[in-house]
Amino acid sequence: MTVTINGQAHQLTTAPDRPLLDVLREDLGLTGTKYGCGEGQCRACTVLLNGKPVTSCLTPVRLADGKSVTTIEGLAPGDRLHRVQQAFLDAEAMQCGYCVPGMILRTVSLLEATPHPTDAQIIDALNGNLCRCCGYVRILDAVRRAAQQEGGRPHAE
Amino acid sequence: MPNEPERYELFEAPPYQFQLNRRDFLEVAGFVICLTATPLLDAQTAAKPRARLAFAADGTVTVFAGKVEVGQGAATELAMAVAEELRLPVSKVRAVLGDTDLCPNDGITAGSRTTPATVPEARKAAAAHRGGELSPPPAWKTLGQSHPAQNARAIVTGRHQYPSDIRRPGMLYAAVLRPPSFGAKLLSIDPSVLKDKSLTVVNDNGFVAVAAPTSFAARQAVATLAAAARWETKPHPASADLFRVLKETATNPRENKRGDLAPAFAAASKQSRGTYQTPYIQHAPMEPRAAVAEWLDGKLTVWTGTQNPFGVQQQLQQAFRLSAEQVRVIEPGSGGGFGGKHTGEVAIEAARLAKEAGKPVHLRWTRAEEFAWAYCRPAGLWEIQAALDANGRLTAWDFASYNAGTAGLESPYRIPNTRTRFFRSDSPLREGSYRGIAATTNNFARECAMDELAALAGQDPLDFRLAHLDNPRLRDVLVAVAEKFNWKSRRQKPGAALGIAAGFEKGSYVAACVEVAKDAKSGFAIRDFHMAYECGAILNPSNLRAQVEGAIIQGLGGALMESIEFVNGRLTNGSFTAYRLPRLRDVPPLTITLLDRKDLPSVGAGETPIIVVAPALAAAVSALTGQRRRSLPLRSA
Repeated sequence: MTVTINGQAHQLTTAPDRPLLDVLREDLGLTGTKYGCGEGQCRACTVLLNGKPVTSCLTPVRLADGKSVTTIEGLAPGDRLHRVQQAFLDAEAMQCGYCVPGMILRTVSLLEATPHPTDAQIIDALNGNLCRCCGYVRILDAVRRAAQQEGGRPHAE
Repeated sequence: MPNEPERYELFEAPPYQFQLNRRDFLEVAGFVICLTATPLLDAQTAAKPRARLAFAADGTVTVFAGKVEVGQGAATELAMAVAEELRLPVSKVRAVLGDTDLCPNDGITAGSRTTPATVPEARKAAAAHRGGELSPPPAWKTLGQSHPAQNARAIVTGRHQYPSDIRRPGMLYAAVLRPPSFGAKLLSIDPSVLKDKSLTVVNDNGFVAVAAPTSFAARQAVATLAAAARWETKPHPASADLFRVLKETATNPRENKRGDLAPAFAAASKQSRGTYQTPYIQHAPMEPRAAVAEWLDGKLTVWTGTQNPFGVQQQLQQAFRLSAEQVRVIEPGSGGGFGGKHTGEVAIEAARLAKEAGKPVHLRWTRAEEFAWAYCRPAGLWEIQAALDANGRLTAWDFASYNAGTAGLESPYRIPNTRTRFFRSDSPLREGSYRGIAATTNNFARECAMDELAALAGQDPLDFRLAHLDNPRLRDVLVAVAEKFNWKSRRQKPGAALGIAAGFEKGSYVAACVEVAKDAKSGFAIRDFHMAYECGAILNPSNLRAQVEGAIIQGLGGALMESIEFVNGRLTNGSFTAYRLPRLRDVPPLTITLLDRKDLPSVGAGETPIIVVAPALAAAVSALTGQRRRSLPLRSA
């Protein structure tokens, strides 16, 4: 299998039914993608597959063959932050932070499709992402902030 | 009545009694002789650095504390406290928490104790280094100001390493064979069904687990073992019978009395009587229990998610017959706790496998394991009887609480004749601490009863409470929230379904107002939710607000939708698919009023705001429907 992960092509030899989540974390050391439930119900494991958000816990690695995967580690080059990461920082939208990579990737995908979402559209897009610290007030604030930023330009550190 | 807020932590037997093997026993025996023969190890212990502060040549300072960071803001708060007393910018101070080799033993991270106990320790150490007195709150430059979490950048970039993210050279991944139902005993397994010789299999006194090069292979191997395992099952009550079981198995109560109930009830103008129920609920932290264990030169190191690193160190010592010097527990900052990670099962399991494999082992519980084999918030049952005189004053209060726990048992209201009883029961499920634990559920029952008594007295529930309250801090939050919410005028509006509740716990004071309205889909919707909260001098306003927001919304879960269900010894809703939790769509408009009392000592704030959420909502829903709601969750089918 060949999977492009964060812009880099990887030849993978592994059981084709292993969850993409496990391959990212265990074989490639990309531990920013989190296990939350293995049911696709909390979306802590969200990655972008050809730009679309998927729950990597339920995605067998074979379905990523020939495709590109973006994880939280590959969202912005080097030490720079993607504007959505910056918005989560500015809104202090984290307590334990375990849900945050999934929240950020889901938001990136929302804003690409809908650059100026209404609150209802934000809620529709992120309702599947669980935060047990229940930091939803600030998560909503972070998404609104990200939407207000100019599109596409990563912030310098 | 003496308080025992953490009683559930203390009554469990160790999770495992390993046989280990003959070679281990010999090693242990040799070690014990060595210990008795020479005091070398004791000397090492004494020499170990347990300093509160370390000063680097570049001018940065490190503060060490045995507490842990689970998202409540302890690390930043401790850094701020030291920065304040050393007159340094917060960026110059770093907090290292939860490492048993490096940190002083500050006890378990529970009971909202970091703020009132550990922060003062850190401040004292810093002030002593400076050679001055503690800075008084009005003079604070750093404390009292909002500071973001120190690891925020690491979190948004995915670089923060939670316990389940730790990687060690040669590390294997593990899975554990769990019983098919509560109380089931393993009769036999057949390890020969596993053909792959690269697997490490442990079968030790009921603990059966596999370590493999990938977690996928480990899970598959455990599934293969499970298919051939034989179990002896045990009858287990169903959740439908829960409250009957709690009542029937109740033992002699602890009792606290004031005045004389019988004459007060005999002379009563009006009486009320009610039974209240709260089910088991789960913490369900986003990161399940996880540990990475590594044995190196006879020393065991475990990275794990726990609120009790020194307690886990002791459990590991006991399980493997080691001295404290031979066990290091590191808590790198984990994905949520809420009182649910006080124990060390996963650390012991990973360490047992790592010992067998001779390699580091990573074990992360599945969500299903976390639901079934972690512990729940205790279920509770209450019987409350109360009397009013002709003036609508409370004269008698008879409060019986079953199984919920002893925190928050005593009424804050002025009542001349009271009896407060707490009954222990046989709990069908494993139960333990939870955010606010029994204060939340005891307060739910009490405040529901107060709402009913106000109605019986024909009084506004705000006025009724104030008429029975002497505590000025509790009065202040009630008045503050009622004013902000516009309680008096909103009550005049015909058909308005409002609820109010108040309470105090762990030295802080809280009150809430809520309005609900009919909703075609879910029965009722929350129009808006107001809270006033006071916890002494505020240390980090932004973090405090985040804690209060989180407590309210987490409280909505227990109030509206959460209940662990079981039958035949198995959970029927032990998954995120079946167990509903608060999500973004469930968040109502929130208005939070924080009272900053610079004249009062700071106390912890992670727990207490949750205690008024359910009773305020129950009162509002009762007003909406005209039917008293005395059980949680309020949206149960």
